[in-house]
This record gives sequence, structure tokens and C-alpha cells, in this order.
Amino acid sequence: MEITISNLQFSYPAGVHALRGISLEINSGEQVAIVGQNGAGKTTLVKHFNGLLQPTSGSVLIGDWDTTKYSVSKLARRVGYVFQNPDEQLFCKTVGEEVAFGPKNLGYDKARVESLAKDALAMTELSEKTETNPYDLSATWRKMVALASIIAMDTDIVIFDEPTTGQDAVNVARIAHVVKTLRERGKTVITITHDIDFCAENFERVIALSQGKVLLDGQANDVLGQEEILATTYVDPPQLTRLGKRLGFKQTVRNQEEFLTALKG
Amino acid sequence: MAIVNLQNVTYKYPLTESLALNNINLQVNEGEFVAIVGPNGAGKSTLCYTLAGFVPHFFKGELTGMVEVAGVESQKSKLHEWVLNVGLAFQNPFNQISGAKYTVYEELAFGLENIGIPRDEIKIRVEDAMSLTGIRDLADRSPYSLSGGQQQRVALTSILVMQPKVLVLDEPTSQMDPIGTREVFGVIRQMAHRGLTVILVEHKVEWIANFADRVVALKDGSILLEGTPSEVLTSDLLAENGFGISRYTSVARKAKAQGLWKKERLPVTLDEAVEGFALTPGPSPEGRGE
Repeated sequence: MEITISNLQFSYPAGVHALRGISLEINSGEQVAIVGQNGAGKTTLVKHFNGLLQPTSGSVLIGDWDTTKYSVSKLARRVGYVFQNPDEQLFCKTVGEEVAFGPKNLGYDKARVESLAKDALAMTELSEKTETNPYDLSATWRKMVALASIIAMDTDIVIFDEPTTGQDAVNVARIAHVVKTLRERGKTVITITHDIDFCAENFERVIALSQGKVLLDGQANDVLGQEEILATTYVDPPQLTRLGKRLGFKQTVRNQEEFLTALKG
Repeated sequence: MAIVNLQNVTYKYPLTESLALNNINLQVNEGEFVAIVGPNGAGKSTLCYTLAGFVPHFFKGELTGMVEVAGVESQKSKLHEWVLNVGLAFQNPFNQISGAKYTVYEELAFGLENIGIPRDEIKIRVEDAMSLTGIRDLADRSPYSLSGGQQQRVALTSILVMQPKVLVLDEPTSQMDPIGTREVFGVIRQMAHRGLTVILVEHKVEWIANFADRVVALKDGSILLEGTPSEVLTSDLLAENGFGISRYTSVARKAKAQGLWKKERLPVTLDEAVEGFALTPGPSPEGRGE
């Protein structure tokens, strides 16, 4: 399912002009990372994808649905949104109920709800914790519950807002595994992130926003190599990209494999 | 001389079974900069709370062993006395700001007013501290109108004016973009240069390697490893135990296995990686990446 954004402008009621003319096409099955400094408009942009915000002018299409003509609850069939802070979205007494809530709410039959929940719990390594109260889990595991509860809705498009903030290396690896599994299933995954190394290792396309506009958009290697332009939106290139540059590699590298290949020449 | 002295410290939160801290022995010398690393749930924040006296004065639970700062034992001290020796900066600066004051200047004076410092001295301390942390231009702003990086600098300044002997920082940059991170580490570096004893919990290992004198790796409430930043942060034990490690370290470890890293010690920082990989034989750098 593709996302088509045409000349999108958005101003908050208080007058902040957060998006200043954004046009983008995101194709079915793409893995897109959105980067940029605090206040660049990243969260404002993705909140248009599930109708939490409506354009001041311009339009956002999810497949053939114009987001101004469909309610947030309708759009939830096509777009899942995982908030930055899991505590903003968890409310059930057990992990199992929490994860089943979304698909149940979409009106799926019992068998489908069960199989979607089971699958989402397995993907997030929560199968052993279904009877636990989410608030008895550590913040890292609550994050995984938040992920699972959205994955279980089986939407074509999944949005993660800052999934790795405050997570340790083990959990970042778990989240990367979720992204990879969704990619293999042909889902569109869109992530907002400050974690540029996570971005480099898991996303094929990178969009850099600055002051409500698209600053850069393209293949990860092309975007992440633009050190000077990225600096204007306070994004540092990934560690291995910087190392490759310092060593004089002609190509931009962004992960271990690319680095080692380039090193061997 | 050790200003912080923990001996056989074991702690359990109320109503829990597992030990949050398990037999910690740690000495920190006056003026030393120690970084604490560890996966989630390792006990890093609990250790900060213990150093700051919140454990056991606020959180209760079962604490055994000895926690001593500047020759005073925390169990024998009152929290309001203890906090004069140890300043704690929370992860989220928002939690630190009093909410009772309209300007940054008043916010910084608040703690000093509370302990009865004379007006003239408050002025001197606040202005000194603001110069040190580079926030003089924020003096008349509302603490709530600031960016995350600015707020954290205000929070650090509000601790600095109290002139603690030991500064404890619990992931002060976890919510920050690179510019905020740079601002905050700039301030921490200033504080360390002033001779303050600094204990910093941090995931961003490249920064630790550039700043800290010593690194303590915590896992499941116990100290797994302790030593210089380079020794600890490049240890295989860290990679095996789910600690965050620098991409420079992990790529060099892979390269070493393929004979492409020639130095004994693995790198933590960009400069160390550049220096080490420059020794890797192969095509001239110009030919690489073709």
C-alpha cells in the first residue's frame, strides 16, 4: 500500500508552521527512516499518516484513501503507530489482552485474533510473558509490548516513533529483528529516529527533514554520506560512515559488511 | 584518597525478590571521573540512587554493607544532610526543575535559598555556575521554554550551585539529539576539569572513552569488569553480555578475525579506529571502495 503526500502544509493552532510543503511517495514494502533535529517536523509528518493530524493544506493518501475522508479508527486498518513512550498506549491487565485488543477492536474473528496475537508475541519474544501485567515489566519489555500490540493489527504500514530511545543493545537487536521480519512480509515500515547507526543498519531509504521541509531523500548510502548537508539539521553520519570517510574510502559505507568489503579494496 | 567508598553493598527494593545491587565494592577517588555502563536492569540507576542517599532514605527496602561519602555513612546520616555532599542529575531534566520559579536565575537560586545561604553569596554562586555552564544568556528565560539540552544544562547548573563534593549523573543525554548531547557533555567536562568527582551512567561509549578516567561495567547488580575505558569497553566480555559497544570496536573485532586489524588493542573512538585501520595492508586508500 503506497503513501502519497502532495504539497503538505501544517500549522499548529498556536501558529507554529511545522510542515512547509512536503511531497513524497512511499511505495509498498519500503523501509524508510526519517531523521532530523528536534522540531524538524518528523512526528508532525507521521501523525498525518493515521489521521491524528489533518493537513492545513495539501493532501495525504494512504492507498486510495484520502486521510481527511476517513476516521482515525478506519485508518487504523491500514496504518499502525507505535508511540515513543509505551506508557501512552498500554492499558490492559495482561500482556496477552493488550496484544489481542487491537485486532479484536478491528472486528476480526476469534481465530484470527488469536493467531495474530500469537504471532506478534513470538516476534517480540513475549510468548512467555502473556499473563504478566505490562506495568510489572521493565521499560524495555513494555516497549516490546507496545510493538507487539501494533504488529498484531496486521496493518500494511507500521510506524515506529523513536523505537530505540532508552533501550539497551540487546533490545535494539530485538527491535531490528522485528523490522527485518516485517520487511520480509512485505510491510511498509517507517521509523523516526535520532539513532543514526540503527537507521544505517536497518533502513534502505532515508528522509532528512529540516524546518518542515525535505532536506534529503534517497538511498541510505547517498543520504548518509552527505555530511555537510546533514549537519544543517544536526544529524551526524553513522560511525562507520565517518570512519570510511576518514580512511579515504571513495564509496559511502554504512554497515560492517560494506566497511570490511571496502577495506579489502 | 577515596571520597566514595562502597563496601559489600547489597540492596533489595521493597516487595521484590531479586537483588538490585549484589555485593558492590567500589572506591572512587577525589577528582576522579568514573563512568558506569550496563544493560537495562543491571542496577545502574539503583547505584545512582544509593550514592545520592535516596536508597535507603526514600526508597526503603533492605540495604546492607557500607555506603560512605566524604567520611560519612549514609545510613547514619539524614537525607537533607547527605544531599549537600552528593548531587544527582536525573535522566529527564524535566523531573529536576522545581516548577516553582519563573526564571532560570530564580530556579538556580532556589536550592540555596532553601538552605539559608546569604543573598550576596547566592548571587556569586549562581553567576559563577552560569558562566561555567555557558547559560548566562538563559538567565531570564522560563525553565519550561528551553530545549532539552538547555534544560539539562540548567538542571546541572542547579546542582553545581550547591557545591556538592560528588556529582552523580544518570544518563543525562538519553533523550537528546546530537547537539543537546554535545552541549551537556561540554558542561560535564568543565565540571570534571574543576576537580569535581563525577560518576556518570551513560550508554554513549564513544563519549565515555573521551572523558572518563575509569569505567565500571555492571551486570545483574554486580560489577562484571572495572578498568580504564579502553580496557573495559573493548573487552570481549562486554560484547558477550549484552552491553552496548562502539561500532568501531565491533567492526575492528571482525576485521581482526580476518587479519585486517593489526593492533593489539581494539579501538573505541573514531580517532583510534582511523589510526589502527591505517596500518591495515591492502590497496592504497585511494583504491578502496571502488
